[in-house]
Amino acid sequence: MKFSENWLRTWINPSLTSHELSHKLTMAGLEVEALEPVSPAFNQVVVAEVLEVVRHPNADRLNVCQVDVGEAMPVSVVCGASNVAVGIKVPFARIGAELPGGLVIKQTKVRKVESNGMLCSADELGLSGAGPGLLVLPEAAPVGRLLREYLDLDDMLFTVKLTPNRSDCLSIVGIAREVAAMTGDVLNALEVEPSGIDIAESVMVRVDAPEACPLYCGRIVRGVNGAAKTPSWMVRRLERSGLRSINAIVDITNYVMIELGQPLHAYNLEKVAGNVTVRFACMNEELVLLNDQKVILRDDMLVIADDARPLALAGIMGCAGTSVQIDTRDVFLESAFFIPDAVVGKARRLNISTDSAYRFERGVDFSVTRTALERATNLLLEICGGQAGIVTEAKGELPARDPIRLRTSRVERVLGIPIDNDGIAALLQCMQLQFALKDDDFYVIPPSFRFDILLEVDLIEEIARLIGYDNILVRPSQTPARMILEPETLRPVCRLRQIMVARDYQETISYAFHDADVEKNLCGNARPVTLKNPISSQMTVMRSSLLGGLIGALRINLTHKQSRVRLFETGVCFSGEEYSQQEKFGGLCYGAQFPEQWGVETRMVDFYDVKADVEALFFPAQIIFHVSPHPASHPGRSAEILLDGKTVGWIGELHPQWLQQYEILKSVVWFEVDLHALTTVNLPRARDISKFPPVRRDIAVIVDESVTVQSLINAMQSSNIPYVVEIGLFDLYRGASVGDGKKSLAFRVLLQDTQKTLTDSEIEQSIALLIAVLQQQRAQLRI
Amino acid sequence: MHELEKILSEALNQFAVTENAVELEQVKARFLGKDGHVTALLKGLGKLSSEERPVAGARINQIKQSIEKALQQKREALQYNLLQQKLKAESLDVTLPGRGMGYGGIHPVTRTLERIEVLFRSLGFSVASGPEIESDFYNFTALNIPENHPARAMHDTFYIDEKHVLRTHTSPVQIRYMENNDPPIRIIAPGRVYRCDSDMTHSPMFHQVEGLWIDENVSFSVLKEVLSDFMQCYFERDDLQVRFRPSFFPFTEPSAEMDIQCVQCNGKGCRVCSQTGWLEVLGSGMVHPNVLKHVNIDSEKYLGFAFGLGVERLAMLRYGVADLRLFYDGDLRFLKQFN
Repeated sequence: MKFSENWLRTWINPSLTSHELSHKLTMAGLEVEALEPVSPAFNQVVVAEVLEVVRHPNADRLNVCQVDVGEAMPVSVVCGASNVAVGIKVPFARIGAELPGGLVIKQTKVRKVESNGMLCSADELGLSGAGPGLLVLPEAAPVGRLLREYLDLDDMLFTVKLTPNRSDCLSIVGIAREVAAMTGDVLNALEVEPSGIDIAESVMVRVDAPEACPLYCGRIVRGVNGAAKTPSWMVRRLERSGLRSINAIVDITNYVMIELGQPLHAYNLEKVAGNVTVRFACMNEELVLLNDQKVILRDDMLVIADDARPLALAGIMGCAGTSVQIDTRDVFLESAFFIPDAVVGKARRLNISTDSAYRFERGVDFSVTRTALERATNLLLEICGGQAGIVTEAKGELPARDPIRLRTSRVERVLGIPIDNDGIAALLQCMQLQFALKDDDFYVIPPSFRFDILLEVDLIEEIARLIGYDNILVRPSQTPARMILEPETLRPVCRLRQIMVARDYQETISYAFHDADVEKNLCGNARPVTLKNPISSQMTVMRSSLLGGLIGALRINLTHKQSRVRLFETGVCFSGEEYSQQEKFGGLCYGAQFPEQWGVETRMVDFYDVKADVEALFFPAQIIFHVSPHPASHPGRSAEILLDGKTVGWIGELHPQWLQQYEILKSVVWFEVDLHALTTVNLPRARDISKFPPVRRDIAVIVDESVTVQSLINAMQSSNIPYVVEIGLFDLYRGASVGDGKKSLAFRVLLQDTQKTLTDSEIEQSIALLIAVLQQQRAQLRI
Repeated sequence: MHELEKILSEALNQFAVTENAVELEQVKARFLGKDGHVTALLKGLGKLSSEERPVAGARINQIKQSIEKALQQKREALQYNLLQQKLKAESLDVTLPGRGMGYGGIHPVTRTLERIEVLFRSLGFSVASGPEIESDFYNFTALNIPENHPARAMHDTFYIDEKHVLRTHTSPVQIRYMENNDPPIRIIAPGRVYRCDSDMTHSPMFHQVEGLWIDENVSFSVLKEVLSDFMQCYFERDDLQVRFRPSFFPFTEPSAEMDIQCVQCNGKGCRVCSQTGWLEVLGSGMVHPNVLKHVNIDSEKYLGFAFGLGVERLAMLRYGVADLRLFYDGDLRFLKQFN
């Protein structure tokens, strides 16, 4: 809502500066977003009439003008504007005048001719709207009058950011009412006298949908001058409310809407065939709106129709065919109350927005419907002439305004402040709310202009607003302190993050949506969760994996010439018809494993480096890596990660095909695991520590390349051989001595008993059993 | 007797010029060895009379002990020298950089979230969460935002289908939590939210922290206390001015917008606060009775307040970040500044 402060002050004039008033409104919940002067500061500029224009004797493009500035003698000025002409009225800056930008007017000689001031353009005065050349004022402008007064330039523009519940403040009267409640100043209510009836003529109005339109007022005005000029004061006020002047009749309806908050519509009566009906549209009925948009109507849309066709989308917009033009002679003026539910959402559905729909959707004061019609008629007769007909009023059941019970004790409890009945009564009076006090409870009737006061708590908010939120003292809670349940078997994500940080990974956060191609390429997901209204073509689908975002971040860093990138991220991933949402934890590494430094050989990160990071994340839980292909990964360097036999994630080296496609030069190792698998941990349980030292034996075997280490370890562990407490690989060797396509593996075996020292024969027996197990796996003992 | 003195002084002299352990042992043999001078003297005792023998024996032993003592001292001195040489040879350039793994860091938004969490936990709030693809019901209807409500249009919602949206705020977590837990309730719900809007100050994805406190004796004045306290603790400034303004959220009544004094200019007016001296930091209010009704909580018995704050905004103010979009680029040059 934009408005002129001077206009508001004709309604209510509190002794507050503009900034104080602005602060007051903001603190009352009508946030003033902008407060700016209508024009920059200047002074000593008056209305002048050009009496004589003579070519400058020494310059082709200059004129010497005699101008009447309201003094006994005309003043002589040199002027270079091409539109200067005898008889026009223009702004004149006197000697000593200060103009915007700091220009001070002095008496000068321009090419030997004296100039005693300056004729001004709009630009020179910091006023907008006019073209180049002198600002030509209306003929009626009084010579000698200060321009600031004449154009009402000492005015401030208020822009209020209204919350959707405060439709009552979408008008000057509404803002004024709010100021009155806040300051206690008196509202200069507008007295609207019903206009006289000049012609005994009326339009028959039938309301077929009284539940949607409980009040409809209309009247004919004949013989108006559609070409009449809108008075400059009205144009100014409209402009300062952000509305452009169209023609006098439309301007008047807009003016009354800003003034009283009631949207009006004027129809060209000549184009209205027969009677007026308020009804729901028939399915697929067509209408060409004022903005020439052709719309197909649905049967939940309310229209104003004549006997032949719809004339307007009720409360939203009129149609092109019946709009008033400058040649319009006879009009039908409409002022109606449409209930918010009948209008809401319809304009948005048709992708239009109008001041009228904006107001009706939120609620318009239904006590002002007829007053607004009379106000518009008066202005119409005054500005465009004509003869008013009889008002037709069709009235149904207006919204109920049942009394709301308000308990003083509840006010105290909700706001946490002490207040008594008298205090509440005083505040209700301030707001001009009607109420009764019965059995210590207030019964308050919400006013017709408020659509957001339905419950006791709504009244409590009004009371809090009026007291001022800042005047409600803070109070510590009286709640007893209670500890929070923190399960020890849930590992907080922040601990996982610290593991990654300690291993030189940087956390990133990527958008949860990306390109459909990324989803297809990297996740093999041809049916991703798709947005109906994506913000860009690169963000059309929801990610099913963090990998796409991580690669995106990697690529950004590569464009910044980073040679070593290690990233991790956690976030929700989405998949499936049921929109499954799973939080994942992923990372990727690119470039050298260690930062370049002295004494450490630079080598590129590989699968096993990242595997160690993943194992660290899960520690002490033991995870298994199982060969398995993934669309993102190199087929020979890809594994699924298993925890307790269930797949909980993936690790792999990015497929060379994607490296090429995403223009990544060196290899990328990535992993992704389900966050849930990482956060659920076991409660530790202490075990006996053996007093007897462990015995170590090493076993070296030669196996085919295709045999995995895990398969041998699994075989040994699952055999449950006595005294074996740990088996670990400590060496891997390939070379001529073991033969082509073979590898040598050396295992460390620790044997221990908690009750006794093992004898040599016990040890040898266990080792022999282990060797037998390995041989079953086609491992050949290396001697 | 003269001979004894001579042997002693000779031994001491020879020890003094000895420079290594091997040589020292040779010198030792010359005096104390099987054929050494002192041993020879002791052997000669037998030739003496029984009166002379004890006196001479004592004298010789005295000399022997002196030589042994000097020998021990020399051994230690040699060892000490050896150690000193070794230590000298082993000294390092301690200014060489440390070796091994570098260190990473967490994202500034995470850092901010963790800080917010710590502060609210200290007040007894626990942490709850909810889905990011949310049903229309939880995102809007249950929060007292019926279909066609003008507030829906203000949300710039991403739609998945007719009935599902990317949640536009963390408020649906309130509903889900209240459905499954009885009051008293004291939770925060940090999380990602989505709005179809993107520029310097708007991101299509950002983070919010929702807060909810339902109990028999919370009130608007407690809301003010908790949130003022939070802001002062978050910015670590006791004197940080705050103000509450009436506002509108369909799921709270009364509703309040909270402003803090601009932390850039201390309220004098600057570009960050658009010359107003104030920064809008969160929305809050007393939980609307209709919301409580949806989850079968008796609004006569229980009162509650809720709030939602923008995490990026707090991070930007705290760390002086000018452009919201930097948070989502993954640019290490930006991210490393917060480690």
